[in-house]
Amino acid sequence: MLTRLRREENTSGAKRKIREAFFPAPFEQGLEYSSPARGTWNIVHTGMLIPESHQIFVCAQGCLRGVVLTAAEMGALDRYSSIIIREENVIDGSVENLMINGVADILDKLPYRPKAILLFISCQHFFLAYNQQLVFDTLREKYPDIRFMDCYMIPTLRKSGLTPDQKMRLQLFSLLEEKEKNPKKINLIGSNLEISASSELVMILRQAGYELQMLNWCRTFDDYLDMAQAKLNLVYEPIAIPAAQDLKKRIGQEYRYLPFVFDMDELEQNYCRLADMLGMVHPDVRGFRKAAEAALERALQCIGNTKIAVDYTFTFRILSFTKMLLQHGFHVTEIFADTFLPEEREDFLWMKEHFPDIDIYATNQPNMRYLKRHRDETILAVGQKAAYFTGTDHFVNVVESGGLFGYDGIRQIAELMIDAYLNEKPRKEIIQRKGYGCESCI
Amino acid sequence: MRQVAGLISTYSSDEFGICSALYELGGMVVMHDASGCNSTYTTHDEPRWYDIDSMIFISAISEMEAIMGDDEKLIRDILTTAEKLHPEFIAIVGAPIPYMIGTDLEAIAMIVEAETGIPAFGFAANGMRNYTEGISMAFHKIVDRFCTDQMEQTKLPSVNIIGATPLDFSLNGSIDSIRTWLTKQGWSVNSCFAMGSSLEEIKQASKAHVNLVISYGGIAAARLMEERFGIPYVVGVPFGKDYADYLAGLLDRTAKNGQSLYAAKKAGKGKIKRLCLIGESVFATSLATAIEMEYDLDIQVLTPLDTITEILREGDRYTPEEDDLIEQLKYADGVIADPLYRALCGQMDFYDLPHEAFSGRIYDDQNPDLVNRTLTYMEEPSC
Repeated sequence: MLTRLRREENTSGAKRKIREAFFPAPFEQGLEYSSPARGTWNIVHTGMLIPESHQIFVCAQGCLRGVVLTAAEMGALDRYSSIIIREENVIDGSVENLMINGVADILDKLPYRPKAILLFISCQHFFLAYNQQLVFDTLREKYPDIRFMDCYMIPTLRKSGLTPDQKMRLQLFSLLEEKEKNPKKINLIGSNLEISASSELVMILRQAGYELQMLNWCRTFDDYLDMAQAKLNLVYEPIAIPAAQDLKKRIGQEYRYLPFVFDMDELEQNYCRLADMLGMVHPDVRGFRKAAEAALERALQCIGNTKIAVDYTFTFRILSFTKMLLQHGFHVTEIFADTFLPEEREDFLWMKEHFPDIDIYATNQPNMRYLKRHRDETILAVGQKAAYFTGTDHFVNVVESGGLFGYDGIRQIAELMIDAYLNEKPRKEIIQRKGYGCESCI
Repeated sequence: MRQVAGLISTYSSDEFGICSALYELGGMVVMHDASGCNSTYTTHDEPRWYDIDSMIFISAISEMEAIMGDDEKLIRDILTTAEKLHPEFIAIVGAPIPYMIGTDLEAIAMIVEAETGIPAFGFAANGMRNYTEGISMAFHKIVDRFCTDQMEQTKLPSVNIIGATPLDFSLNGSIDSIRTWLTKQGWSVNSCFAMGSSLEEIKQASKAHVNLVISYGGIAAARLMEERFGIPYVVGVPFGKDYADYLAGLLDRTAKNGQSLYAAKKAGKGKIKRLCLIGESVFATSLATAIEMEYDLDIQVLTPLDTITEILREGDRYTPEEDDLIEQLKYADGVIADPLYRALCGQMDFYDLPHEAFSGRIYDDQNPDLVNRTLTYMEEPSC
């Protein structure tokens, strides 16, 4: 029998020194808690990047709730519709008819004709053994002027093959079909957020005469389809690699993975490899690197020995980022992350050896609900979850790197850290908004 | 067509209704659902999530666990967490996948209770019904498990409020206003299911003389208390001034004669305009009655949510589908509804009435407290 006690902070199983932590999953999996920090994008936000498209989710009422209100909060309910699976469809297996007729009903009601429909199925479909081929073939035949994209909201399948985020990135480009290639056109794919125009990556490629395209810059559905003309896809977020591989296989676009790492030498090496691939001379990035180093130095002078907490939603390579801060003299004491990417192994081992006392906190363990969310000293947080769990209003409000990249990205992050250290932000108001960078009526 | 919401939002589900009803009672609520589905509830349907700690978690069921029927993992994870957090009770809530694979949540709860000594119960929710059903299941279970003894009635007249959740009443002060109104009428509030009362207070619900049911979700619990303890109930929300006074009289009468009743009624003084009011049936019929008592208007309630005939008044309709609403609205001069219904209403007069269970947190700062006050709200349409 368990004894009922008052609930107090108890970080057992939710906090580890990095020296004791396993890679890539430092914590046991069990029941999960969800913190109120909501800035990361979901599949609705990502899908809305395709111009002139309409999303239809086919799910149970409970599953619809988060997606319909995501669309509503970003002011895009007019580009969203629901088809609701009820008990009778589970029992009589009528989900195919429900989908076909439901799409027809929605198209009749819409005041505009979408160029594409992103038709999302859910976990339930997989257990219903529904006939996807029948549904999509029928819809494509019935509506030849509309492109239908099969999309997936399948969190139950997150441990089987591609994750939902990887799958969404892959499907996002699935309507691209082979087109004549333009050797001077390059796509940046996979990032939810528009790349910062001041990034050296943009400048290097534009100065070399390349035309860059991103989904975020497409204004029409035809712009989106024309992304198939690019000869190369540059991917700087790891979850988009399967999408790039698929595009190579299907329409012959080469790809290069150019991760946003925070190691200054590695960044330069990556640019050189890219230049070799494109047959360019190696770019001179010394000025950008110098500016990044100078910004970090200014930040260190300002922030000094203040404790810093970081979290995994800030950037995909959070350990690379942390290592950079530590190597530049910053006092990082806490990392909030549930798992790490495989490509972070070397940074993890480096930290384990050189800074073994750094604390790693889970973000989704149930007892994190009762973590004392305030500190007696100033903490600078980098990322929304780190801000929430440490209770600080001094935080860098960036999610998924915020479109920052390369040396210029490092420079801007250093400046954001200075700003966060000097100025407070309304934490509760900011971190509860969904989809960092999207419109939000909250 | 049925089952299509082409232009509007959809309501919160049974799963989340249970979480909302049990939120403040010190229990641990485990949704047996996929990772991430808890954030839907905590982001959109739970305005208390940031400021009031509560043990609402998710089992993060995966495909293989579902295929293999791995209940052991769920049980093990619940026991591990219960050992750390010591909840007052453990509620295990169903979702679409457990429903489809036939997970016996009651049996799992029995195992958990035997292992921990903590009261545990399963809810056969499936994410495919409305939140109103979830609230109903939750409050019924709380009475069934925790309000078992007939206690001596309080000396002074006392009342339980049943059916309070932010899904219907937001956090706009309405529940406090109901408490204040009751106190001014000479009632002592014995407990409130379940905002602002502890589980210990709720366990003593049988001390009350009468129950005031303020949403559909409270009716099953009130009926069980009537059956078990002989406590009668009145169904209605004290909106407006005239209707609040009327309801106060009914509450007195019911406490004395023991006859439960549904308070809302047609009260139109005249028929210069016909407005439709869309919402939860107890809330909507109460507000419709209140408006009719104060204005020269005819209000028809359209409820897309679970209800019973006793709640609805003459002419009110159960309209579960978007198409039902479109059809009914053809004949209206105006609409009182959540702003996300505007897409169905063209250019007609529209009075905003935000409903957390429909539009979530979007209009939290515009949600009016209409309890026991003159309905100036109706003087100008929102557009």
